[in-house]
Amino acid sequence: MASWGEASESRLIGKRIPRLSGRDKVTGKAKYTFDINRPGLLYGRILRSEIAHANVVGVDLSEAEALPGVKAVIQIVEVGKKIRYQGQEIAAVAAETDDIAKDAIRLIRVDLEELPYVVTEADAMADGAPQIRDDWAGNQSDPNVREAGDLEGGFAQAAVEVEATYHAPVQTHVCLETHGHVAEWEDEQNLTVWASTQGVFGVRNDLAGSFNLPANQVRVITEHMGGGFGSKFGPGVEGRTAADLARISGRPVKLMLTRKAEHLVAGNRPSMTQHVRAGATSDGRLIAYDMKGHGTGGISSGAGFQAPYVYHVPNLRTEKVNVAVNVGNQRAMRAPGHPQGAFAMDSLMDELAEKLGMNPLEFRRINDPSEVRQAQYTLGAQEIGWHRRNNLPGSGEGIKKRGMGVGSGLWGGGGGPSTQARVSINSDGTVEAVTGTQDIGTGIRTAIAIIVAEEFGLAPTDITVRVGDSAPGLPSGGSGGSQTTASVAPVIKTAAAAAKQKLFERVAPQLEAPVEDLRVGNRTIYVVSDRTKTIKWELATGQLGMESISEGGNWDEELRQGGVAGTQFAEVEIDTQTGAIRVIKIVAVQDCGLAINRLTTESQINGGVIMGLGQALLEERFMDAETGRMLNANLEDYKVPGTFEIPEIKSIVFDTHRKVTGVGEPPCIPTPGAIANAVYNAIGVRIRELPITPDKILTALAEKKA
Amino acid sequence: MEKFSYVNATSLEQVTALLSDSGWGEVMLIAGGTDLLAELKEYVETPKTLINLKTLPGMDGIEADASGLKIGALTTVADIARHPTIQHHYTVLAQAAGSVATPQIRNVGTLGGNLCQRPRCWYYRDESTHCLKKGGDICYAVDGLSKYHAILGGDPVYIVHPSDLAPALIALGASVKIIGPDGEKTMSLEDFFTLPAANPFRENVLEPNEIVVEVQVPPAKSNTKSFYLKAREKGAPDFALASVAAVFEMDGKTCQSASVVLGGVAPAPWRSKEAEVALTGKMIDDNVSKQAGADAVKDAQPLNDNAYKVTLTQNLVSRAVMMATS
Repeated sequence: MASWGEASESRLIGKRIPRLSGRDKVTGKAKYTFDINRPGLLYGRILRSEIAHANVVGVDLSEAEALPGVKAVIQIVEVGKKIRYQGQEIAAVAAETDDIAKDAIRLIRVDLEELPYVVTEADAMADGAPQIRDDWAGNQSDPNVREAGDLEGGFAQAAVEVEATYHAPVQTHVCLETHGHVAEWEDEQNLTVWASTQGVFGVRNDLAGSFNLPANQVRVITEHMGGGFGSKFGPGVEGRTAADLARISGRPVKLMLTRKAEHLVAGNRPSMTQHVRAGATSDGRLIAYDMKGHGTGGISSGAGFQAPYVYHVPNLRTEKVNVAVNVGNQRAMRAPGHPQGAFAMDSLMDELAEKLGMNPLEFRRINDPSEVRQAQYTLGAQEIGWHRRNNLPGSGEGIKKRGMGVGSGLWGGGGGPSTQARVSINSDGTVEAVTGTQDIGTGIRTAIAIIVAEEFGLAPTDITVRVGDSAPGLPSGGSGGSQTTASVAPVIKTAAAAAKQKLFERVAPQLEAPVEDLRVGNRTIYVVSDRTKTIKWELATGQLGMESISEGGNWDEELRQGGVAGTQFAEVEIDTQTGAIRVIKIVAVQDCGLAINRLTTESQINGGVIMGLGQALLEERFMDAETGRMLNANLEDYKVPGTFEIPEIKSIVFDTHRKVTGVGEPPCIPTPGAIANAVYNAIGVRIRELPITPDKILTALAEKKA
Repeated sequence: MEKFSYVNATSLEQVTALLSDSGWGEVMLIAGGTDLLAELKEYVETPKTLINLKTLPGMDGIEADASGLKIGALTTVADIARHPTIQHHYTVLAQAAGSVATPQIRNVGTLGGNLCQRPRCWYYRDESTHCLKKGGDICYAVDGLSKYHAILGGDPVYIVHPSDLAPALIALGASVKIIGPDGEKTMSLEDFFTLPAANPFRENVLEPNEIVVEVQVPPAKSNTKSFYLKAREKGAPDFALASVAAVFEMDGKTCQSASVVLGGVAPAPWRSKEAEVALTGKMIDDNVSKQAGADAVKDAQPLNDNAYKVTLTQNLVSRAVMMATS
């Protein structure tokens, strides 16, 4: 049975190893899609609608086509079709310079017949709202209802009840590198695309289908990637447009989204509003939960959220609807549905605990079925100093008040059988690992090197890792659902083991020992029963000559496991005169199984906490009902955490077993709930709407006073 | 951005000659460009000619002597923030300068540009929204989303003035030297700024063919105490939700004279005479400072989303008074 072995046997796995691409990234040597420049490169730009809902009456490309330097112009939306949201693509150009391309799209004449639009949920749900989807009756989907147990019976047992409304607004992904591609046709049948994507093979297959090409005649390359968070799985309209412009012009085309377009059309985390009534028994059991909620994923659906979450409720009824608005579509965003669900649930838990007169941590212990989280509560409480917490919320002295809160989360991350890989040993002693996964910033490139180096007794820097390229024809799934490491690691491990076995078979006769007795370490193959019998690594591989070893791997269930629990504790300080909120410390206890690289696992937790902090305190998409436009499609008024917002983060890799599990998403889940509860503990006023900004703090404090 | 021709300025006479008769927007001045470039890129401004002021000699210095400060319009915000005399004797100005944006922006942004920068209003900055400030019919903030808008002096345009330097300089009694085709004039910086009731399209009295060349600050007295406080949603870069520049002449604990100027809450830097009256001649204590805060906002008229600014401004004023005088 395959295994990762004991921790004591691991030389590299589970240690803190700097990422292989770190130096290239900080020196600028690393080339992202944005950095790719090809001979004869043209620059692509897309003209987008500024009107949220309209009939397309006419599109005139002639002036743009006539502009010197313009090499291709295409119409994307057909006359007679509808524009359904601001930012929707109308036409595109490719030109000799980016400036010419910008000028050219402004020369495209568009005749739009404006239709009534609704861009806020309130407007969409109002009586008499204009209907904006042809396939729904009204602007709301049929409710999704779930029932369990006996709701009324549950409430009959409740000693306390809480009724409250929790809201989280739409958040956008804010990928540091915007979506985009560089497309180049070698000839009419062969296309190469550099893509900022989470799924090299997904982009390949989509473009092959779009241009009616055999899949192996489309090559997609993602050497480095500047963030996706779930929004970068296919080429999208912009990728197909880049390829089309390149095809028409016969020149390579770079087309990256503007920051504004990134906010408008490249996905978002749907909003959540839940009206919930819940009850608990006098001995602290969550007994009944009745939730009616809605959210919007833009013109599409997909606005789901987790409710209830984490904690066990025997009697429940939940009802969720999607609300359609004339705004760009949602896409998966880091743990879709979880952080906003966790914020509402953990807020509710604290409200119930207070009514019971119970410590919120004790109330969780009673209702949390996860043994892992039970252990995490103890560890996290110690790390944050839970005993220092205000027993009476808002009771701290002075203008600046401190408080502590806790939040929880869960995730899968067990990977799946979707990866092919090869590990090769060359006669000069070099080792290569090749697979079609992509390093989206999480460090899979380094993890692969660690696994192979561990197997061969080499250093991670000795291993050449080739990822982010479809050309070798070794597919791997898209990097989503925190699945990458758990999907790739078993295949790399078994491929490396198979390659090692082949090498041992070659040298076993010389060492006069059975293959099973051979080991490798310190660049030397030796016989475990007679350590005088050795052969240097390079000497052994030198005998391979032209017959280098190259072995594939296989998916092995035993090497991975899904299902993780996480808990976070937050300490905050609030200036009650200005409403300013400073997060002092976050303790993130993240269940993760075997951390191949402890350093990048910690980085992943840090990043998740920072993203969760942004959702908790800063991020909100503002839609203007009157103009139908997003008011903060920039990074000035759409605020993300900066250096001043980052607290002390104690990332605890809580490894409970030695099987690989992904943790890309879960560390962002508990943060908003933990912070919201800490805010309440600090000032004794509950903010039930994210983000928790100074205006809400001041308004709530004023209402409390009044 | 649209194409434009670019002229390196050689003299102020040349600049005012190039500016004359063109009206607003045809010929524009650029120094640090931290504000204007964004407006060009968003097509909010589409000038035909840009005049680069950075090539003008002698306009980027700070003179500090017994007669006060003379700060050239091309002086960078960073140079103001780190000037030793300003740090010691004009604390409010150094603090305001240090609070601007980010180090990168402070290193290129200039005094003149900071005073003449345009509003950050999200309706104004959107090319497609033809708001009242741009010659349209309505100020969209009135019925729209107004979290970052004015609570004082708004009618009929509810932008806020984004400058940090202006409130500090006004509180210090600064005046501004302006050169136009008819020569130079000097006016108080307080009078330089205007409210939308007087002119909804501009934030100051500068004519299209005039240029700010220098700011003069009267000498600080030995009993001058000052402080700048700025509230924002994020550490940096972020514009003020509200800010307060407070300058006092103190006789022991007693306030002989007070100057309190608010930023981020009105279409112009807002001198709070009410707060000044509440402080002048008083022994400064908690109660007096609280009264000054309350008086500063008693005429506030918040929109749908910015009532919090009333509380915030009130508290900031009280705190600034205590910080300055303690």
